[in-house]
Amino acid sequence: MTGIRVSRMRVISPGFLTTVQDLGRFGWAHFGVSASGAADALALRAGNLLAGNAENAAALEMTLVGGAFEFDTDAVIALTGSDFGAGLPMWSAVEIRAGQTVRCGATQSGARCYLAVRGGLAGPKAMGSASVHLMTGVGGRALGRGDVLEIGNDAVRQPRRPAPGVPEFLRQALRHGPQLGMPRVTLPRVTLPRVTLLRVTLGPQAAWFQDELYTGAWVVSEESNRMGIRLRGPAIPSPSGHMITEGVPLGAIQVPPDGQPIVLFVEHQTTGGYPKPANVISADFWRLGQLRPRDEVRFARVAMEHAVELLRDQEQWLYSLV
Amino acid sequence: MTRCLVGVRGILNVHPAYTSVLVDFDPHLLTHPMAETLVRRQWAAHRDEAAPEPRVIEVPVRYGGEFGPDLRDVARHTGLSVERVIELHCGADYLVYFVGFSTFFPYLGGLPPPLATPRLSAPRKHVPLGSVAIGGAQAGIYPLASPGGWRLIGRTPLPLFDLNHEPPPLLRMGDHVRFVAIGEAAG
Repeated sequence: MTGIRVSRMRVISPGFLTTVQDLGRFGWAHFGVSASGAADALALRAGNLLAGNAENAAALEMTLVGGAFEFDTDAVIALTGSDFGAGLPMWSAVEIRAGQTVRCGATQSGARCYLAVRGGLAGPKAMGSASVHLMTGVGGRALGRGDVLEIGNDAVRQPRRPAPGVPEFLRQALRHGPQLGMPRVTLPRVTLPRVTLLRVTLGPQAAWFQDELYTGAWVVSEESNRMGIRLRGPAIPSPSGHMITEGVPLGAIQVPPDGQPIVLFVEHQTTGGYPKPANVISADFWRLGQLRPRDEVRFARVAMEHAVELLRDQEQWLYSLV
Repeated sequence: MTRCLVGVRGILNVHPAYTSVLVDFDPHLLTHPMAETLVRRQWAAHRDEAAPEPRVIEVPVRYGGEFGPDLRDVARHTGLSVERVIELHCGADYLVYFVGFSTFFPYLGGLPPPLATPRLSAPRKHVPLGSVAIGGAQAGIYPLASPGGWRLIGRTPLPLFDLNHEPPPLLRMGDHVRFVAIGEAAG
């Protein structure tokens, strides 16, 4: 027989919402195309590093309920983010045998789990990225039963096993038990409320607002998606100033006239006309990706210099994986 | 400004709008002061470069009926006949101020003032692909099916983007647009 042996994984069941993601497509915002990319980019990068890939390799992003994936060849994977009950070690390279199926279930902590495979996923790229942009179809669609994904050959270093440990801030955020999920998904009910503190810096229209954003608590609405995280809670008084449509970034908190804030997420619109009191800091973007419907959210203001330090600390932890 | 910053190391995205330019940079590579210096230096070095030749793009439109369910409302609001609305809409020269919103959406300036019509009080959940619309004093075209609150007066069969083309969107900042009526106006 001639030709190169291609390794594949087959989607036995896709789970609730599973997409191929890398770190997103940049440089297209001026055409109205937001970056998309992994909702918890920190977990995606960690998974790739553990599997021995470049950080930006394409991997699977699962949402609330994971899928089942059959490997036709020996493989090395890493599961990161929230524990979806696959019965395999999290935050570690794991060896998979040819014919083995990795079965994930309902989340036991946050909203998203990543499955990185050594060599990366070798699918097509659109505008420089393999990331699926669900709202527009750029980069493809959510995975369906029977889809076959080709495994690439782009590993760049040895995989890491066992994991050097999950840092305390991740442990804190991920250990809470499951609550009720999206309407179509039945998860066991538990009593622990999940409270996520999101650190923010001031937004371009911060002067239009009082302190309501920092004194209230909000609940993540079930209408949230990769475009935006909609929050329900005490109405923030709608400011009187006149907004001209402007470019908007990831993590921007916009307040429409109804006073219910929306955090712009990875598939956000690129322009907006609602005022923005604050912006979630880069070091907390991963927390947005782990928010589930009905989670509670509070906001705390930090200085830009502190936000930069927090990001630097997080990067140090990430690179301690390799 | 956009042309001289896109692709520069450390700059992730550049988004011009009416009175602002959003510069999104990689905080792993640049600090705020570094990003500001970079923007000022690039701008100083390239500000005198001529803009590309303006392109004029004709956009065919089927007005009214199922293609433009709000055409009659626009006529009623403006006090014009349906025919006059179409005539005015086709007679104007539009400038693509910028592209944004929900992927490849061109914000068009140049709508004849008599045609200005407020947005719907509640946005539609589904605006069909290719819908030609009026939102207040602005004109636009929906490149993809999406939610939207603008008044729909017609629809174009012209694809507004091609992912296999570089760059994908047909209409880009600085382009001129003319609408051309095709078929019978359904009124």
